[in-house]
Parts: sequence; structure tokens; C-alpha cells
Amino acid sequence: MKLVNPKDKTKLDDLAGGSQAGTQERKQNPLVRMAELFARFKWHLKLLIVFACLMIPLVVSSNYAMRIIIYIGLYIVLALGLNVVMGFTGLLNIGHAAFYAVGAYTTAILMVKYGMSFWLTIPVGMFFGVLLGIVLGFPTLRVRDDYLAIVTLGFGQIVYITANNWMGLTRGPRGIPGIPAPRLGFSDFQIVLESYPAYYYLILLFVFITIYACVRIKDSRVGLAWMAIREDEDVAAVMGINLVYYKTMAFGFSAALGALAGSFFAVFQSFVSPNSFTILESVIIITIPILGGLGSIPGTIIGAIIMIGGPELFRAASEYRMVIMGAFMVIMMIVRPQGLFGKKLYQPTYKI
Amino acid sequence: MAQLSVRSLIKRFDGLTALNNFNLDVDEGEIVGLIGPNGSGKTTFFNVLSGIYPADGGEVFFDNHSENLLKLKTHQIIGLGIARTFQIQRPFNNLSVLENLMIGGHCRTQAGLFSALINLASARKEREQLKAHAREVMALFGNRLRSVEMNPAWTLSYANRRRLEIARALVSDGKLLLIDEPTAGMNPAESLQLAQTIQAINKKGMAVLVIEHDMKFIKKLCPRVVALDYGQKIVEGTYAEVRSHPKVIEAYLGRD
Repeated sequence: MKLVNPKDKTKLDDLAGGSQAGTQERKQNPLVRMAELFARFKWHLKLLIVFACLMIPLVVSSNYAMRIIIYIGLYIVLALGLNVVMGFTGLLNIGHAAFYAVGAYTTAILMVKYGMSFWLTIPVGMFFGVLLGIVLGFPTLRVRDDYLAIVTLGFGQIVYITANNWMGLTRGPRGIPGIPAPRLGFSDFQIVLESYPAYYYLILLFVFITIYACVRIKDSRVGLAWMAIREDEDVAAVMGINLVYYKTMAFGFSAALGALAGSFFAVFQSFVSPNSFTILESVIIITIPILGGLGSIPGTIIGAIIMIGGPELFRAASEYRMVIMGAFMVIMMIVRPQGLFGKKLYQPTYKI
Repeated sequence: MAQLSVRSLIKRFDGLTALNNFNLDVDEGEIVGLIGPNGSGKTTFFNVLSGIYPADGGEVFFDNHSENLLKLKTHQIIGLGIARTFQIQRPFNNLSVLENLMIGGHCRTQAGLFSALINLASARKEREQLKAHAREVMALFGNRLRSVEMNPAWTLSYANRRRLEIARALVSDGKLLLIDEPTAGMNPAESLQLAQTIQAINKKGMAVLVIEHDMKFIKKLCPRVVALDYGQKIVEGTYAEVRSHPKVIEAYLGRD
């Protein structure tokens, strides 16, 4: 016999305040709605976006504009990588430039000193990045919140200072010049990727790979475990999530993407020096997912476009453009602290 | 042999002994009520059992595992089959109800980083199965969770969050469910309904250990009741036996 409780049929409880509040919040927020719409795009609309991205070099003729667009792509890869640690797993990392530096120096040294192919240096750079990510991941397992921020800050500085002082390997502040352009093909049939459109297509490929990886991982068992850690570490552990394993994995994954961006940076600039990986660089990378909305992939992409493209719009204002950007950030944080596309996160007023 | 056997468990917080040589046996498929005044060590016992606090002494054996449970890490315990809810409710607030439940099934699934990246068919299938299983568990609570499954957990009502926590623990397919004060914040009709749900869970072969202050709830639900005071078991027996026992009355009301 099936027990039917008459109360099951009344939905009074389900209609009460709480569940309504959620729908309200989503309805009120046009940007979040836009992001959700974007996620629901059918494949042909996605194809249209891809096509539009492919067309950009044909439309944009100035080298200056292309350079900025390439930089936007580079920062999308960096910020999406950081977003894995900060947005998904909820761990603050103020040293992301360290992974970027490792990727860049690995490619630079292997190509210049050992004449390795660019394509082979990518996996090597990512490997070193992951290794460093794991090294950083371990001490951060013991510290939380503000303390974690300081540990990662210190870590970023260690990598910068190492790059600045290890003369034998990195040539210190003099940097490594003359990094050759990547080549496609073999022996007589080689294409040298050295024009701006070529670099653009290369970074576009990396951006697509990164977006694909992030979307896949967010919607998987691993992504769910990361988000559980973000919400409540203790409960996550009780629910069977191995904190050591998943936090280290988040840092490793993030580092791999950082190193990928670094490898591209090295060949694009054809010169690397420690000055590209200062703490300011980490701060710029951090602002992107925060501006776009932590945990949101489209938000991070839009954030990169604003943060990197924005200052260029105010080129005419010369020195004042950074002031304008700064003011914009301040206003943003007051008006929309959750970022452009971020969902307003519920924070309990107390923790046990 | 009992499914869960706790032998002289000790837990100290500095000078305070929260659990003092605590012994308990729970048989397969049993519902045991745990009562006692505030501060008698009930929740501490749950926290030690689920690995949140390290124990200072004693042994816990579960099911057929020959290993002492207290030596395991927190995240390994749910895999053995012990799942729990929390006294102060702790759902994953910004995740949807369905996602909350799916995290409960984390220990029963295997998909890793690479299978997710290459979108392996087995990983997708596993995820679909987990979703279906989570919805099955939701059905235990009628339409209450099902109708809000896509809403973030923080938007749920107080009572629904309690249901969510129980459901999340159930998705792990455990053999023993630890429930910490399930009826707090529920009205009498809702507690009654919850008692029926717990009985339905129990009928599926899951042992339940429940901490509760609502004596009507205990009376209805638990054939066996254990009373604690100062971290020790003072009385054990049927509800009627425990209720009228002088030691229990003394623990709650004091001596004349």
C-alpha cells in the first residue's frame, strides 16, 4: 500500500518566501539572464560566434588594434585559469603571474638555448606549471582566507625574484631576447607564424581550448567537488571530498592554463624579462574574474575585454586613463560587488 | 556482531571531557534515539564519528571493516557507509538542490579530471545515473524538494533545508545515517511527516541514529533510546524505560 500524505499535495511550503526569492533575484538581474541565455545558445549560434572571431583579422587592419585584441585573448586564458582556483574552488590566489612566468620562461629557454619546437615547449611548460601549482597547493591546504592570500602573494614574489636573480638560467633583469616565431609544418614546407593575424589565430585556438576545458570541468564531478569546497570545506570533507586532492588539482589545473598563456606570451613578445611578471601583473589578472563575476566563464571573458581593451579606449587621456579605470573599478565594486555576470552569492553571517 | 560498535570512546576539549568512555552498539537496520541534556556530548559523538574531531581514545568498528574507524580521514568515512546531517544546517548554499544531492553521491562515483575534459561517455553516463538517483531520493520527500530542485539551497525554507541535508546524506547510499536534531524549526505536522520519512528510509535497510530533543518524535520513531549525560551512557532501553528512569530525570531536572 502506498502511503499518501495529504500534505504532499499542498505546495504551501514550496511557495513560501524562500524559493520565490531565488526566482526574483534571477529575474531582476538582466546581466545574469544574458549569461544564462548565452549558455543556452544552440550550436549554430555558437558557430556564428566562432565564425565572427575568425573574421576579426580580415576586418581589423591596424596592427595596433590587433595587438590589443591578441592581448585580450591572452588575458582571457590567464583569467579563466585563475577563475578555476578563485571562482570555482574559492581559494584566493594573488600569485597567478608565477605560473604565467614559468610557462613563458620554459618556452623562452627551451627555444633559445636548446632550439626546441614551440609546440613541444607547451606541454613542458604546462608540466612545470602543474608541478609549481602542486608545490603551491600543499602549503595552502593548511591556511585559509586572508592567510592564504599572503602565502600566494609571497609565492608570486619568490618566482619573480628567482627570475630576476638566477643569472645562469634566466639572465636576470636582462631577460631573454630573440625567441623565434613558432613554425608549422616540417622541413621545406614550413609556415612561420609571425604576422599579427597568425598570432591572433594561435591565441584564439588557445582561448577556445581553455573555454572548452573550463566549461567541461565546471559541469563535471570534479567541478562540483570544487564548488562544494568553495561553499563549505568541512561539510565537503564529510561528504567524501578529499580536500588535499581536489585543492591541489585546482591549483594544478589553473597553473597549466597560466603556463599555456605564458608560452604564447614568450613567442608573441619574442622577449621575456622578469618585469612582465611583477605583482602588478597578478593584480591585473585577479581583477578580471572579479570584474566579470567570480565563477562565471562568460563574465570572465567580458571582464578581460573591459580590463585590457578599456584603458586603450582612453588612450587620448594619456596618464589619466588609469585613473579612469581605477574609478570605474571602485564604482563597479560599490554598484555590483558580485561582478558583471556573477550571481549574488549567499554568505552565511556566521561560520561554525 | 553489531553493525556499529563504539568502545570506550574518549574526547576531551582541554579540561572538559565531552565523551568519557562512551560505549554504543547499533545493529543493522535499527533506529536508535540519542537523548540527553545540552552539552551531554551527543553532537560531539557525531563529530568524532564522522571524523571532524579527532578522538582522544577508544575504538569504533563499522560493518565488516576490521580497521578502527577513528584512524581514517574525514572524507573516507562516508565511503564506508556512514552519512550524516548537521545540527546547524549546512547545505551548500549557492548550489542548486540537485547539485547538493549530487555531491552526496561523490563517494559513489569515480569520474576524474581527464574523463571530464574529453567528455568520456562513461563519465556522462555516471553523471546521468547520479542525477536519476538523486531524484529518486528526492521523491522520498514528496514534491517538496523536487519542485525546487534547480533553486539554490539558500532560498529554501528552514524545514526544506533540513530535508535537503537528509536527502544529501542519503544519496551516498550509506548503511548508517546520523541525524542531528532533524525537527528543529518544524511544526508538529512536519515532524510527523519527517518521522514517517525516516521510517521509510529505515525500511530500506538503513540503520538510523538520531539525536532529538522532541520526545514525541523519539517516542514515535525509536524502539531503542540511549540517554547521555557528561559524555557517558546513563541509561539504555525502550522509550518507556528511559523516560521514567530516575537517572534520566536527574540529568534533565537535577536532584531534589
